[in-house]
Amino acid sequence: MRRTMVLARGATLLLMAVLSGCSTVPPWERGTLAKPVMSVDPPPQEQQQKLRTYSAKEGGAAATGVGGGGCGCN
Amino acid sequence: MTLKFARAALVALAAIGPAPVAWSLASGDNAPACSAQLLDGAHTVSLADYRGKVVYLDFWASWCAPCRESFPFMNELQGDLGDKGLQIVGVSVDKTAEEARRFLARYPAKFTIVLDTAGACPSAFRLEGMPSSYIIDRAGVVRAVHVGFRDSDRTELRRKVMEILNGGK
Repeated sequence: MRRTMVLARGATLLLMAVLSGCSTVPPWERGTLAKPVMSVDPPPQEQQQKLRTYSAKEGGAAATGVGGGGCGCN
Repeated sequence: MTLKFARAALVALAAIGPAPVAWSLASGDNAPACSAQLLDGAHTVSLADYRGKVVYLDFWASWCAPCRESFPFMNELQGDLGDKGLQIVGVSVDKTAEEARRFLARYPAKFTIVLDTAGACPSAFRLEGMPSSYIIDRAGVVRAVHVGFRDSDRTELRRKVMEILNGGK
């Protein structure tokens, strides 16, 4: 019983510490977040280039997803 | 005992968790006071200056993609309905005047543009998204709130503006 209490208290404290780090950015202050470098795969040009190399290495168009069939004409 | 503690913990968690969403103004609310500096010109304009006119208050930014589509629409609206008492005011929430000017060079505006780098106006209106437009009637009451902009919104927005210009409820 006592141990559970201590555990619960510890867990709560941890949660508090973690959750207080969250904050909402108001919509009108999302200018920096809207920049291309902030995308999930930054930066877009490099990503595109990598994808190209990867496709070539894998020996087929659209090696990363659906695309042309196996006819080799793509 | 444990229950009491759990309850206290929950309350504490609710208090320090992610900030609660502040809901935007709704139709029927009085428009809050808001003043900002004209982008081209030194003087400050405030919303109250336009009392007696129907104000289409649009919050935009150079980094906001749908804003690009909304500018031609607002130009058209200002041109068509300006003499009926419509005043469109575009509030840029950009951090610098330079960013706003660069946007306007590509997407010119034929209506009043003000700059609010501090974000006082968008805070007062509690924006929920970008762009946001508020149609404020001649008495200073918000009569319509519109978040986002798509080409398909044009007809509905124009209809609302006309209705408010004609004094309909």
